Amino acid sequence: YIQPLFSHQFSDSAGYVGFANLPNQVHRKSVKKGFEFTLMVVGESGLGKSTLINSLFLTDLYPERYIPGAAEKIERTVQIEASTVEIEERGVKLRLTVVDTPGYGDAINSQDCFKTIIHYIDNQFERYLHDESGLNRRHIIDNRVHCCFYFISPFGHGLKPLDVEFMKALHGKVNIVPVIAKADTLTLKERERLKRRVLDEISEHGIRIYQLPDADSDEDEEFKEQTRASIPFAVIGSNQLIEVKGKKIRGRLYPWGVVEVENPEHNDFLKLRTMLVTHMQDLQEVTQDLHYENFRSERLKRTGK
Amino acid sequence: PRAGPVESKNEAAMSELVPEPRQKPVVPMKPMGINASLLGYIGIDTIIEQMRKKTMKTGFDFNIMVVGQSGLGKSTLVNTLFKSQVSRKSSGWNRDEKIPKTVEIKAIGHVIEEGGVKMKLTVIDTPGFGDQINNENCWEPIEKYINEQYEKFLKEEVNIARKKRIPDTRVHCCLYFISPTGHSLRPLDLEFMKHLSKVVNIIPVIAKADTMTLEEKTEFKQRVRKELEVNGIEFYPQKEFDEDLEDKTENDKIRQESMPFAVVGSDKEYQVNGKRVLGRKTPWGIIEVENLNHCEFALLRDFVIRTHLQDLKEVTHNIHYETYRAKRLNDNGGLPPMTVETEENHESNL
Repeated sequence: YIQPLFSHQFSDSAGYVGFANLPNQVHRKSVKKGFEFTLMVVGESGLGKSTLINSLFLTDLYPERYIPGAAEKIERTVQIEASTVEIEERGVKLRLTVVDTPGYGDAINSQDCFKTIIHYIDNQFERYLHDESGLNRRHIIDNRVHCCFYFISPFGHGLKPLDVEFMKALHGKVNIVPVIAKADTLTLKERERLKRRVLDEISEHGIRIYQLPDADSDEDEEFKEQTRASIPFAVIGSNQLIEVKGKKIRGRLYPWGVVEVENPEHNDFLKLRTMLVTHMQDLQEVTQDLHYENFRSERLKRTGK
Repeated sequence: PRAGPVESKNEAAMSELVPEPRQKPVVPMKPMGINASLLGYIGIDTIIEQMRKKTMKTGFDFNIMVVGQSGLGKSTLVNTLFKSQVSRKSSGWNRDEKIPKTVEIKAIGHVIEEGGVKMKLTVIDTPGFGDQINNENCWEPIEKYINEQYEKFLKEEVNIARKKRIPDTRVHCCLYFISPTGHSLRPLDLEFMKHLSKVVNIIPVIAKADTMTLEEKTEFKQRVRKELEVNGIEFYPQKEFDEDLEDKTENDKIRQESMPFAVVGSDKEYQVNGKRVLGRKTPWGIIEVENLNHCEFALLRDFVIRTHLQDLKEVTHNIHYETYRAKRLNDNGGLPPMTVETEENHESNL
């Protein structure tokens, strides 16, 4: 008969040890510590990436944004720009880092445009490997990229050659979530056709995008299925408030109507946001258990260690 | 009755033409700028009607090229412009066709008729442009095609026994489709227009404009106009070819305010306010293609077809073709190029 360590809540039935409370302990510690999450955003310029990120996190990550002209873009190479923002909601702190990749896909010859991105991701793995193997492992900072939103143009007929090459090169290094932004350029039929085409091409090329894990017993199976069936998410971003039927909602005002960001009949924004926030934990795990481990074993094999 | 003594050469000529007796003018007339209506009706103005009848009988050629990345709605727009299925995508094209690995030139001809006037319309599509990972020099096949048509025309022109009506396959108008990013032009856009504006009339259009709000559209257009200006790109109507003040005023307005036209295309009809309109149906409203409050398609259509069609052909013939011809003659030491046997074939895939 083992004396339970904490009292009242838990039954004193025979055999009860009490570690069922462990998740709560982890939860409480996490809340105190806060979460860290790194999201990378990749896509040609002008696909609505920044607007979407700002909409997702209700923030303005790019306050004094300078948009270069075409002549400047000719000379530019792909840059990596990371911005960090601390978001707090109901006592839970999130330290979110958004890694931007301006210049991607802009050049006339985009042959090497994702080399810089691969280097960056590998560097974060390298750093973590180094820290992990070091003596002082108390304060390892996890800057590894947990998730990559890859933006597919809504103006095309499916994936472009560059999209295919990028995803093939990176699906073994990071969780790829394909997103179609500026979805208000498509009719419903066009949207469905594009999604199907993208999924077909992804499967055709053997590209492994991030898979949602099966629903836990306490999760809504149907909702999970609906979410899964919507990938790639076709979204609209906006931080402008428009008055519709007396309410102020986020949307885009056109001469022919108002597109509402948070209206599930207009686009998948809510699905994307829900998916992201409810899967931050899983995205981190998959990064650790799959992508990082792959990197680590390759790395150690190479150095013959 | 005979005419009175003549006071100038022209009067003599006039009195020969005019069968009826007429009043001798009090003031001697100047030889230029005679207003015939003051003197009686001659019938010179019937020449307009004669030309019209001739045009109706012979019909005319119009060759329009469309250039832009895959998916920007080029084919749909051309179909909408001519209210017919004239693009290559309508001639048994599989919608899910793969992007070609190199730029292809595909010309499809149709004869369309309206009000007794026949137009032989050729739409030249350029699939593969701008779609590769490496798009360096992807405009070269296009430039080559355009020059080949000038060469064809030149060869026919210098023939000793040449055709009465030289078949005109020269590109009269090139619609360049700009992606509606809302930011700026892309490097490829600049490169293409820099090279090709020297050999063909380029009309830049902003594709799929229903992705931008009114403000975004205005800002983007201003930006694009500025970029084109800064980079010395002269799109049609080119400033240097304005013939007179009237042209200049009209074209200035188009150049500085309307262009590039932000367009939306559609071949589907919907019922709006009791009328059937061409449009796009979305959960948040119907975008009407011909409604000027929604997009500038009607402006583009009027510009290309209803007001500047003939001018597009004239500028192509009098300026671009002449430039090509002069260069060819110069290269050949001032002599016209020798006409080789007509079996010679350096045509691109038509």
